[in-house]
Amino acid sequence: MRAFAPIAVAVGLLAAVPLITASNVVLNFLVVALLTALVGQGWNLLGGYGGQYSFGHAAFFGTGAYVTAILQVRYGVNAWLGFVIGIAAGAAVGTFIGALSFRSGLKGSYFALVTLAFAEVLRIIASVAPITGAGVGTLIKLDLRPEALQFQSRVPFYWIILGLVAVSLLIIRIIQDSRFGAYLVALRENEDAAKALGVNTTLVKLGAMTVSAAIAAAGGCFYAQYFLFLDAGIAYGPWISIEALLAPIVGGIGTVFGPLIGSLVIKTLGELTKLVAGDAPGLDLVIYGCVLILIVAFAPNGVAGLLLKARRCFAVLKSLRSEQPHG
Amino acid sequence: MVEALIRVDGVSKRFGGLLAVDNVSLSIQSGRITALIGPNGAGKTTLFAMISGFLTPSAGRIYHRGEEITGVPPYRLARRGIARTFQIVRPFAGLTVRENIAIGAHLSRRARADALDAATEIAHLVGLVEFLDKPAASLTVAARKRLELARALATGPTLLLLDEVLAGLNPTELAAMVPTIRAIADRGITILMIEHVMQAVMSLAQHVYVLAEGRILTEGSPQIVVGDARVIEAYLGQGAAARLAAAGAVNV
Amino acid sequence: MLSPAILVPAVLNGLMTGAVYALIALGLTLIYGVLHIINFAHGALLTAAMFAAFYAYKVLGLDPYLAAVPLTVLFFGLGYALQRFVIGPASHGEDRNILLVTLGLAVLIENALLFTFRADTRTINLPYAFDVIEVGTAFLAVPRVIAFAVVIVMALALWLFMRWTDTGKAIRAVAKEKLGAELSGIDVNHIYAVTFGLGTMCVALAACLLIPTYYVNPTAGNAFVLIAFTIVVLGGMGSVAGALIAGLFVGVVESLSGLYLGESLGQIGIFVMFILVLLFCPSGLFGERA
Repeated sequence: MRAFAPIAVAVGLLAAVPLITASNVVLNFLVVALLTALVGQGWNLLGGYGGQYSFGHAAFFGTGAYVTAILQVRYGVNAWLGFVIGIAAGAAVGTFIGALSFRSGLKGSYFALVTLAFAEVLRIIASVAPITGAGVGTLIKLDLRPEALQFQSRVPFYWIILGLVAVSLLIIRIIQDSRFGAYLVALRENEDAAKALGVNTTLVKLGAMTVSAAIAAAGGCFYAQYFLFLDAGIAYGPWISIEALLAPIVGGIGTVFGPLIGSLVIKTLGELTKLVAGDAPGLDLVIYGCVLILIVAFAPNGVAGLLLKARRCFAVLKSLRSEQPHG
Repeated sequence: MVEALIRVDGVSKRFGGLLAVDNVSLSIQSGRITALIGPNGAGKTTLFAMISGFLTPSAGRIYHRGEEITGVPPYRLARRGIARTFQIVRPFAGLTVRENIAIGAHLSRRARADALDAATEIAHLVGLVEFLDKPAASLTVAARKRLELARALATGPTLLLLDEVLAGLNPTELAAMVPTIRAIADRGITILMIEHVMQAVMSLAQHVYVLAEGRILTEGSPQIVVGDARVIEAYLGQGAAARLAAAGAVNV
Repeated sequence: MLSPAILVPAVLNGLMTGAVYALIALGLTLIYGVLHIINFAHGALLTAAMFAAFYAYKVLGLDPYLAAVPLTVLFFGLGYALQRFVIGPASHGEDRNILLVTLGLAVLIENALLFTFRADTRTINLPYAFDVIEVGTAFLAVPRVIAFAVVIVMALALWLFMRWTDTGKAIRAVAKEKLGAELSGIDVNHIYAVTFGLGTMCVALAACLLIPTYYVNPTAGNAFVLIAFTIVVLGGMGSVAGALIAGLFVGVVESLSGLYLGESLGQIGIFVMFILVLLFCPSGLFGERA
């Protein structure tokens, strides 16, 4: 139970926000940041803990989003049910891509390439297929009732995305302390050694990919409900694949809170750039590209890593000072 | 006649035009320490890789307790009780020594706490207790070799494949490692070791196979094998045995 | 539908398109063969070069074929600098980091172009863009014929460079055996940067060859680069001959499938082929083991 204390504290603090402020600006910012954090949590399981870098997490995000939307718009399925089915669909896509890739032994750059390609294929299909509305996109009809998973105020949306993030934090924490998690990290460090110790690395990777995809898909389902509009570029576009990996890397790859911290950092950066340079398209991604390179170059363990270093420096300084003779 | 623990039957491995292992047959008896020696490039590690499931033979079969295991992947062999170390050590660099060993212990223990406890016990066996909470990346070569050993031991094997586990150790480290290996064998674990360090082979192994140019040259007790002229020539070149005999310096 | 009058021009057009694809792929496979990295920034660099060629014409009035000279030199320098001062140092030699750094560069460059030039599509209008040469039943556009010829010349030049010059030999040495090359006194960092520069140079030349007949916008490069990736994977990572042959092959396949299947499905077809090759034959038809 002690292991979950930090999660409870973080979630508790965030939960208190709507009680303190009614500002839509703040709430909207946090909703978007939490959404990015959620998708980043998914990526982090496969990439941070498992060491398999996916460049196409949009494939799962977009599938969750489209399945939720299409089920409601074309088949009249209840929004909540659609949400769950969307997550399952995203997970299934993850299992499919993972099965193909891992059984072929793809890793490193090749794995990144193939995930990129899959996301692109889905994007092209979504941009021409009639079921997704092709170029026009898909619009979920405004229906501000809780039964339709739509709300007048942003606050219920905030609770929902916070709840999803809290669940994802719990999942990652539980995995981290389990045998599955130990095996996942082992295969990241050295796959052959892990195999020699009895780890079925293909199966472990596949499991991680499925959970990773499910979490990312949940983000997509939420996006659909919150913004009510999708098109191929939004659902399956590179922007979400990049945010999915940037948040964990900036925050601290392979840590429980990395994606959350990283998401808050990059979203704040995004807002600052908008303040300084206006709404011109592309600028935020330019900043993201720079941040990615800088983090890899100077702080590969992200913000969490820097905090850890700072804490160690502090401890060393303290011990040095305590050794000095008192005059 | 006791069924051999491992029986390698006419195994060959071809890499493109290169025949690395050529029709090798051998059998490993349970409870013994068997050594596989031979000059560099003889195919020893390739043979190891095939026995441990990392490579599939181009021809021939491998049996474990009478059941065929040719081409079975390494993780399944680990579950059967066959563990191996690697010639170039492969620690999980980002993890502590305890966490490293725990990965092996997890094979038979699901709970994290159990595996970590078991790891502590194994660390006592191989003399790594003081390093338990240190990152594996900070270990010396000798300590890393012990870690390889510890991890493999943690899986609870009945057969341990050691690939040059003594390579790169100075005399003090060697002197410390040899009894460790003997202690492992005394617990009933069968050992097959590739080794270049002859004094270790002499003092540890009960049976020796000599591999040269992919083929079994000879086999037998260490004393006999090491005095065999063909073996000397495989290591030192043609005519070496005669020269050594002439110089009166046959004390290999 | 299979009449030679339709097939032959389609095949010839495919070869000419394929030649440019091959040039782009050549840059990619060179970088992979020597540095063993997959340059995710290749597409963005192509887009940047296309913008450069576009503005060289619009602002300086430079015909693209003339602009090719300064642009190839400029982009060689850019590629050299990127590898020497950004990619190399930032990644600390780790594969995972190189992946991320080239991705970061791709995102940076592409969106910098988006931010600077907006998303509109632009084309240039050259007086001779629509001239044709008659070959049998086929009418071949002059710019495309020129492109084909230039690519062949460039490929030959590169081959000669690799064979006969000291730098070329050094590059081949580093590709084969980095440690040995280093021990022989070759400055590996310099060679890596030179190779990256050559790869970028190929892309700049391809941009100049494309701009007479193609449009440019911030995502234009990506379309070509996924095709280039497919070619590199098909022809074998690191194989120059493979890139050339596979490039021509893909060009013809695209032309023929565009004929029978229409454009969108053709695009998906290329991706699917790419995925299939990656999954089942990553070392390609000519290349080294993946």
